[in-house]
Amino acid sequence: MAAPTDRKPVVIADDVHVEYRVLATGKRATAADSARKILQRSRKTRTVHALKGVSFTAYENDSIGVIGSNGSGKSTLMRAIVGLTPTSQGSIYAASRPSMLGVGAALIKDLSGERNVILGGLALGLTLEEIHEKYDEIVEFAGLRKFIELPMRTYSSGMTARLKFAIATARQHEILIVDEALAVGDKTFRDRSEAKIREIRDNAGTVFLVSHSMRSIADTCNRVLWINQGDLMMDGPTDEVIAAYEAS
Amino acid sequence: MSLAEDAARAGLHKVGGRPPLGHYLSDVWRRREFVYSLARFRIEAENGRNRLGMGWVVLKPLINAGVYGTIFGILLGSNARPAHFVEFLIIGVFMFEFFSTCFTTGSKSITSNAALVQSLSFPRMALPLALVTQRLLQFVPMVVIMLVIVTAFGTVPKPAWLLLVPLVVLFTVFNAGLTLITARLTVHFRDLTQLLPFISRFFFYTSGVFFSVEKRFQEHPTVLKIADFQPIHEFMSLGRGLLLDGTYYAVKAEYWLYSGVWAVGTLIIGVLFFWAAEERYGRTD
Repeated sequence: MAAPTDRKPVVIADDVHVEYRVLATGKRATAADSARKILQRSRKTRTVHALKGVSFTAYENDSIGVIGSNGSGKSTLMRAIVGLTPTSQGSIYAASRPSMLGVGAALIKDLSGERNVILGGLALGLTLEEIHEKYDEIVEFAGLRKFIELPMRTYSSGMTARLKFAIATARQHEILIVDEALAVGDKTFRDRSEAKIREIRDNAGTVFLVSHSMRSIADTCNRVLWINQGDLMMDGPTDEVIAAYEAS
Repeated sequence: MSLAEDAARAGLHKVGGRPPLGHYLSDVWRRREFVYSLARFRIEAENGRNRLGMGWVVLKPLINAGVYGTIFGILLGSNARPAHFVEFLIIGVFMFEFFSTCFTTGSKSITSNAALVQSLSFPRMALPLALVTQRLLQFVPMVVIMLVIVTAFGTVPKPAWLLLVPLVVLFTVFNAGLTLITARLTVHFRDLTQLLPFISRFFFYTSGVFFSVEKRFQEHPTVLKIADFQPIHEFMSLGRGLLLDGTYYAVKAEYWLYSGVWAVGTLIIGVLFFWAAEERYGRTD
């Protein structure tokens, strides 16, 4: 790849391999399982080679689409970039800690939306002060002004998804990874969230977008990585890679 | 030129490495608001759907004390029962409750938050610490109830009660250290969650929660010697000694030293032990 040398690299993946060990039953071992199967356990595990040597360099202000069929290793690559999945071989280097767009796991559904905005913000690393500053913006963006006092368990799934997206995008990200998040909510909200992603990219620098929607990739990305069964098939300008992917 | 050299030239850092201890601890400190809010909101969520709400935080151990008091008070007979038995029992059960909830639920603080650990990056130590904070916040109203009961049974409040503050601090530090250790161990051996309640119960029956170790084993100096160095027994003896009057309840000054060493030592070991596996916690295998 002929990379322009004047642009600053922000993420470098150097021959990244990821291997998972899983139980052959496909189930994750629960406490009860492992107590029962403690003796057989080692024999029943299988190694899955999820990434087989992926290398690329991402530069400042790149927005990179990541495409590939289900189970091709896209999400594994993203999790490796964030540092959540350790590489079994090779390394990933980054200018600042990349973050995944998502905050759902930090929220508590028995608490009101208001409490969850605070909790989610703190989990993302904002300070209380920053959260109070952004509070109105978040609630406005999620369109939940009327329901913010209610417990989150009473929200519809669309409302929950909007709240999560609004909280997650409240933080400034230097390197941001968006994994299929654009599919949330109704048409109006989807447009608004795409605009928000573009705004983040313009402010921040580098965005990775994992999606099956070629339209949203074409709309937002200048470069695409195509991953198939753990191998990097192609890395280049959006239209070229999408054309090759759709021809395959 | 290799990619690794490129990365070094551009000043990029390796992702997923464990930060040095100093960095790590200042990261944890930066997340203190998260730790505290997580603790507070979890209590709120836990109680939100009960009619009595926060009342249960106080009611549960009271009922507990009532049950143990009736059963063991009758079973054991008077030779293991010191003066002020009701207060003795309440202090014991309440303090033990703080320890055992940290010990058993704290061990799951990483494993039961797998989704959170896998989706957001923050120092994982925040989770066990939030759990201990949560239990501490639930322990404080229990201490108040303890004082009310002790006063109601005729002990006059005295300045020495202020020493409860350093005692609670030491006890919390000890519990935090222990929670860090069990939280990591549970990540390696899930089966431990099955075992911990028994260990906790073992301590319950041996620490002198509902009987007096000193009275029961007065003819066994070895047992008493061991009890002198058993941290939970030390914390409880100090608590009872500070609150209650009478010769039996004289505070053993050396217990402050022993329990202090236990608390600080456990915390140091816990922090190092937990930090050493930091990059391991998000993994799914």
